[in-house]
Amino acid sequence: MNLNQNHFELFGLPARFDVDPAQLDTRYRELQREVHPDRFAAAPDAERRVSMQLATRVNEAYQTLKSPLKRAVYILQLRGVDPKLETNTAMPSEFLMEQISWRERIEAGSEEPEALLRLQAGLRDESRKIYETLHGQLDERRDDEAASQTARMLMFYEKLDEEIGDKLAELET
Amino acid sequence: MALLQISEPGQSPEPHGHRLAVGIDLGTTNSLVAAVRSGIAVVLNGHDGHALLPSIVRYMRDGRTVVGREAEAELARDPRNTIVSVKRFMGRGLKDVAHAENSPYDFLDSPGMVQIRTVAGVKSPVEVSAEILKVLRARAEEALLGGAGGELAGAVITVPAYFDDAQRQATKDAGKLAGLNVLRLLNEPTAAAIAYGLENAAEGIYAVYDLGGGTFDISILKLSKGVFEVMATNGDATLGGDDFDQRLFCWVAERAKLAPLCAEDTRLLLTKSRVAKEFLTSSAEARISASLTSGETVDVTVTQREFQDMTRHLVAKTLGPTRKALRDAGLDWSEVKGVVMVGGATRMPHVQQMIAQLFGQTPLNNLDPDKVVALGAAIQANVLAGNRASGDDWLLLDVIPLSLGIETMGGLVEKVIPRNSTIPVARAQEFTTYKDGQTAMSIHVVQGERELVSDCRSLARFELRGIPPMVAGAARIRVTFQVDADGLLSVSARESATGVEAAIAVKPSYGLTDEQITQMLRDSFDHAREDVHLRALKEQQVEGGRMLEATEAALREDADLLSAEELAALRAELEALRKTLSCTDHRTIKSAVERVNRATEAFAGRRMDRSIKRALAGRKVESF
Repeated sequence: MNLNQNHFELFGLPARFDVDPAQLDTRYRELQREVHPDRFAAAPDAERRVSMQLATRVNEAYQTLKSPLKRAVYILQLRGVDPKLETNTAMPSEFLMEQISWRERIEAGSEEPEALLRLQAGLRDESRKIYETLHGQLDERRDDEAASQTARMLMFYEKLDEEIGDKLAELET
Repeated sequence: MALLQISEPGQSPEPHGHRLAVGIDLGTTNSLVAAVRSGIAVVLNGHDGHALLPSIVRYMRDGRTVVGREAEAELARDPRNTIVSVKRFMGRGLKDVAHAENSPYDFLDSPGMVQIRTVAGVKSPVEVSAEILKVLRARAEEALLGGAGGELAGAVITVPAYFDDAQRQATKDAGKLAGLNVLRLLNEPTAAAIAYGLENAAEGIYAVYDLGGGTFDISILKLSKGVFEVMATNGDATLGGDDFDQRLFCWVAERAKLAPLCAEDTRLLLTKSRVAKEFLTSSAEARISASLTSGETVDVTVTQREFQDMTRHLVAKTLGPTRKALRDAGLDWSEVKGVVMVGGATRMPHVQQMIAQLFGQTPLNNLDPDKVVALGAAIQANVLAGNRASGDDWLLLDVIPLSLGIETMGGLVEKVIPRNSTIPVARAQEFTTYKDGQTAMSIHVVQGERELVSDCRSLARFELRGIPPMVAGAARIRVTFQVDADGLLSVSARESATGVEAAIAVKPSYGLTDEQITQMLRDSFDHAREDVHLRALKEQQVEGGRMLEATEAALREDADLLSAEELAALRAELEALRKTLSCTDHRTIKSAVERVNRATEAFAGRRMDRSIKRALAGRKVESF
C-alpha cells in the first residue's frame, strides 16, 4: 500500500463530501479482507507487522470518511485549508443564541430520557441539513471558506449530541 | 446441526498438513478446549468423560498441583490452597478484589497484581490460570495428536469483551506460561457470535448477552455477507453467576442464624448454594442442608420465587450496560434481529425473562451456553492457523471495550482512543514541555470512561528522558498508542522537533516481562523435570518450520514481485534456515529465523500492496 495515498485514493473513491455509505462499507470490508491480522496469524513476523500497520491505516481512513464532520475537515485539509475547528470561535450571534437555546432545553430535559431522545432526534435533523449545505459548498461551489464555517457549526452540533449521550448514560447507571 | 458433537479422547489424528489449533474458553467457573476436526468444531472431553474442566487449582504441600474435579472434591477441606474463580484476580490489585476479607485466601498485595500465598509458595493468578491451561493443552495434544508427540500450532484463548488491557495481558501471559502459542485473544461474545452465525447463516444485527461465572458482557454485532462486525460492547467484569451464589449463601446464613463461619464452612455452604441455584432453574424449590465443622447443622428450603427476589437486582445490573451498548451502536431495540444467550448463568429463568422483556423478543437458546464460546474459538483458531477452507472466507472486526487516555493537568483524563474503536487502531498525540530546559516528562496511560484519573485504571507510567533542552513549549513529543488485534496496547514516544529521537517501547507496568515469563517457565520445567533446552530447541524448530512453509507459500504466489537478486538472496536465507533446523542449538535457528524475517520485510509490503490492488479491482483472492 502506498502510504502517500490519501484516504479517498486508498478506498478508490472520488474525493467528495457526498460519499455513498454502502459503497464505503463495501470497500472497507474488501480492504480488511486482504490486510486484516487474522489473515496473517500464521505468517512470518514481517508480514504480521505490515498487516497490523495496514489494517490500522484502513480503520483510520474508514473512521475519517464515515463521519461527516471528519470527512469535511479532511477534504479541507487535502485542499490545504485549515478549518480552525478549535481556534476560530467567531460564530454568528444568531447561531450562538440557538446553541444556548439547545443547551437550555438539554438541561431542562436532563432527567427524562424521552425528552432527551426527542432533542437528539431534532438535533440530528438539523445536522442532516448541514450535511446538505456542506455538500453544496465542498463538492459543487468549492467554497472552502464557507465550508470551514459550516464545519465549525457542525462541530457544535456534534458536541451537543455527545452531551445528550452522556446524560442518557448517566440516567442508566 | 453437527456443531455440538463431542469427540472421544485419543481418536486418530487429522490428515497430514492440517495444522492443529485449539480454542480455549478459560472460564471463571469452568474451562473447555475445542478443535475443528474434519471440518466440524467439537469440544474435547477429558479422561473423566466431561467436557467442562472446573477452573479450580489445588496446591499441595509436596509441590504437586491438582486441577479440576479432583481439586473441587477437596475444596471444603482445603479452602486456602484450593483456588477457585481465579479469573476474577487476573490483572487486578488487592483493592480491586471484591470481598477479599471474606475470601479464604491469604492475599499478598504486590505491584500490579494480587498474589496468593499457598502451601506450595506464593502464586500469581497468571500461574494459577496457566495450570488450568496446561491441563487443557495436554487434553488437546492427546486427543489431536494421539500421544504421538508433535506440537499444537497454536491456541485462541477467549476473554470477556469487557476485560481491560491488564486482564488481557495477564491472560496472554498465562497462555505463554502454559507453553501455548497464543494466536489470538478473542472476545467471548464474539466467539459465540461466530459459532452461532456460521451455523445459522445469520444475517443482520444480533446482540450477544453473555453472563458467565464471574463476568458479564453484552456485544452488538452486525453480521453481513461473511463479516462479523462488532458495533459496540459493554459489560461488567465483576458480575456473574458467582454473585448469585454469594447472595444465596448470605440469605441462608441469615435464615439459619449462623455465626460468622470459618473458611471451610463458608466454602461448603457456597458450594451448596451453587447447587441449589442450578436446581432452582427447573424446580420450584431447593433444600440446602449441611453439617458444619462447628457442629451446627443447616437445613433451609428456598423457593424459586424467593431466590429470584433476592437476586433480581443482580440481573438488573446487566440492563444499563445493555442499553449503553445499543446506544453506542446507534441502534434501536427494534433493529435487533436476535439475542444470543451465552454463559451458564443465562439458564436462570428470571434472566431469560428480563432480557426477553428488554428486547421485546424471546432470546435464542439453541446453542449450549456452556460450550458455544469454546466452539467459536476453535473455529477461529483453525482459520488463524492457516487452515482456511473455501467456505471460511469470513472476517471478524472487533473493538476495544474501554477508552484509552492519558493523564493531563489536574488529574484529568484526555481520551486518546475512544471505546468501541475497531481494532487494530493507532492514535498519535503531541505533547510539549512546560518548563525551559525540561529534559524529561512523565506519561501516565489510563483506561476507562470517567473524567478523573483516579476513577480509571492505571495501565502504565513511563518517563521519557533525553529530551534536548529547549524553551518551554518548543519540544514536540509524539506519543503513539497502538492497540493490536488482541486488544493489547503498546505505547511508543519520540521527540521530533530537533530530530533527536527518544523512542521507547513501553511494556505496561502490570505485565510480566519476558524474563519473568522465562524464569517462571524454567521453574515449572525444573519441577516437571523437563529439559528447558530441549523445549526451546523444539519451539525454535517449529517456528523455523513455520517460517519456511509460510515464506515458500508466499513465493509460490508472488515471486515475481522480487528482482532476480532479491529472490536469490531470500532463497539463500531460506536454505540457510533449512540447514539449521537439524542443529541442536536453538539460538542458531533463532538467528536464522530472524535473518529470513529481515529478508522478507520488503516482500511482505509488496505482497500486501498487490492484494489491495486486487481488492480494489473487485477481484477476490481466494488463496490468501
